Amino acid sequence: MGKRSRTLSTTSDIDNNHHPRKRSAHSPVNLPTPTSTKQMSDDAMSDYYSDEEMEYNYSDADQDVDDVENEEEEDYAQFTPALPAKKALAWDVEYDSVEPDQLREIVTKDVDHVAGIFGVEPEIARALLRHYKWNKERLIEQYMDSPERVLASAGLPIQLGTFYPSTSRTPAKAKPTPRSKTFSCPICASTQPIDMAMALPCGHTFCSECWEMYLVSKIKDEGECDVRCMEEGCAMRIPTAWVTKLLDKSTFERYQELLLAAYVADNKNIRFCPFPSCDLAVITPNFSPTASALSTTVPTVHCGHNHTFCFGCGEQQDHRPLICAVVKMWLRKCADDSETANWIKSNTKECPKCVSTIEKNGGCNHMTCKKCKHEFCWVCMGPWTEHGTAWYNCNRYDEKAGVDARDAQSRSRASLERYLHYYNRFANHEQSARLDRELYAKTEKKMEEMQIASELTWIEVQFAKRAVDELVRCRTTLKWTYAMAFYLEKNNETIMFEDNQRDLERAVEELSELLESPIEPATISELRSKMTNLTVYVQKRNEIMLNDTAQKYQDSAWIWNVSVPEF
Amino acid sequence: MTTISKKRLAKELRELQTHGPPTGIAVVSAEDFECWLFTIEVLGNTLYEGEKFCLRFRFPGNYPIESPEVTFVVDEKWGAPVHPHIYSNGHICASILGNEWSPVLSVVSVCLTLQSMLASCTKKQRPQDNDRYVLHAPLSPKKTRFHYDDDTV
Repeated sequence: MGKRSRTLSTTSDIDNNHHPRKRSAHSPVNLPTPTSTKQMSDDAMSDYYSDEEMEYNYSDADQDVDDVENEEEEDYAQFTPALPAKKALAWDVEYDSVEPDQLREIVTKDVDHVAGIFGVEPEIARALLRHYKWNKERLIEQYMDSPERVLASAGLPIQLGTFYPSTSRTPAKAKPTPRSKTFSCPICASTQPIDMAMALPCGHTFCSECWEMYLVSKIKDEGECDVRCMEEGCAMRIPTAWVTKLLDKSTFERYQELLLAAYVADNKNIRFCPFPSCDLAVITPNFSPTASALSTTVPTVHCGHNHTFCFGCGEQQDHRPLICAVVKMWLRKCADDSETANWIKSNTKECPKCVSTIEKNGGCNHMTCKKCKHEFCWVCMGPWTEHGTAWYNCNRYDEKAGVDARDAQSRSRASLERYLHYYNRFANHEQSARLDRELYAKTEKKMEEMQIASELTWIEVQFAKRAVDELVRCRTTLKWTYAMAFYLEKNNETIMFEDNQRDLERAVEELSELLESPIEPATISELRSKMTNLTVYVQKRNEIMLNDTAQKYQDSAWIWNVSVPEF
Repeated sequence: MTTISKKRLAKELRELQTHGPPTGIAVVSAEDFECWLFTIEVLGNTLYEGEKFCLRFRFPGNYPIESPEVTFVVDEKWGAPVHPHIYSNGHICASILGNEWSPVLSVVSVCLTLQSMLASCTKKQRPQDNDRYVLHAPLSPKKTRFHYDDDTV
């Protein structure tokens, strides 16, 4: 097994090194259907591997590692006698990362296709498609039915031949008598030479300066790329040719951005990478993030700059295994009351009689509720009268009234406790992932020094990087499993889920601890083999967790303890 | 202020002076090219018979490319008409002042539109969300994203 996977990974490695820009071409070609997972094709398998390796490659991008990578693979296999067979997840979404230019090409292809079918100018086809929100099928159907109606509704002239020859400044219908050499623009109220007049086929004539100001205002101030005639109530569209002619470069670029943004907004299968200043987009050719699809799938994708995000909700992290709708619920809940709840929990108790919240701000344990005057002991929550002579020294934990009081309080607090249990673990993994990264930054420096000082090769000191990468990935999974567990109904599935969670967590903590161990040249090879082994194990546990949850989403086996709104 | 708004407003003012404002509309002040005030009455048999309101126009530098800010004056002397599309702070929810503004429109045409909006009103009432809106409303109604859905009034 180890041998086989090695061969596979190596092949894909070479492939990747030769096509560094293609590493985001993620889409497995031969995705097995859920029923045929057992007869997995080698293609699918190697694809999965290449996916895994890509991440490493990416971080090592500066190194020329063709040979070294192969060597590393051998090392890797050596320390992992039973490299687990990895499954390509049938429910992973296929996707592709595209650059703005590629996206423009896709748009042009769509436009040309429609232009070819209707036999119209690409300009017209583009306007029609935009009007139909890029729903090609609907447009073609309705256009075939009645081209006139479709054209009119899209703000295009019905006689196509006459459209847009008027990039020239000759007005289609000049307002004053044709013989006059000047005309008065009704907008800026100035008299201008007739060749400054411009009109769309609708005949509404204004001066070119006003058209320009209007376009700039619409595009720059309002961010609007569908600009219509200035006349009140006139729906005639301003052609791109005018925009090109009238606008300066920066406004035109903004216009192009807006066009692209409108295209992406209208297409459910495309999403811009949500990371700040990243201009890549991700396309999922066979996946539409509909409410029903998102109730069973977490479409985690990576853009070409290796930003991880969710295609469904745009959350800037991999929130598997929890689905978008529940993630949203959880995040809102955390934003709402986690801090307040934390404070209340650590600083207050409730009066056992009237349940008012009481903050103990010092002094003895003899409490008198300000509201109902009930006297009780802060420590055991029992009535003060039962303390008898043992005042100021509470040893009466089992007294009946005290037990009842504590019961009532614990019931009222149980839900809060429960939330805090999950929230603390959720937050802890988030924080730990950050700390692991910080720790690694320190380690990395040390390792570099060590590499220079000792005989070790560059690749021999890279194992910790792999470990940290995997650790952060697993902690992200763990984090979301706690949010998920908070909303899961208790049943057999949940018990299995928690077992998987426990196994993963245990392995993660072990690896995390190992990362903190001191690195000395004498013990480094032992540390390396240990860490590499553990990294592979952790990775395997993570996969089990994700596979299991994904499968059960497909089987509708998860039962939530709250009603989950549609995303 | 750019020359375009000055030129255009000068022309509109000239026309107001030569032809006079439409019936029911009177100029209170049009001293500069930034802020004009008008009084507006709805004549004839309407819910607002005998009432008089004051309209304030504020012009942005690139008027008429950009729409003017139009509100009813609300102070000790003036009040906003009670109308389903007019908030008690004087803000007006009308599509022509927002996304349906066209540079072809003018001060007079806005006045006439508002006049007819008042004239066709069948029931004197404030907008449904008046209190909530007025509490949080921005200073300029142009910062509000109105949702225009009622074409009847």
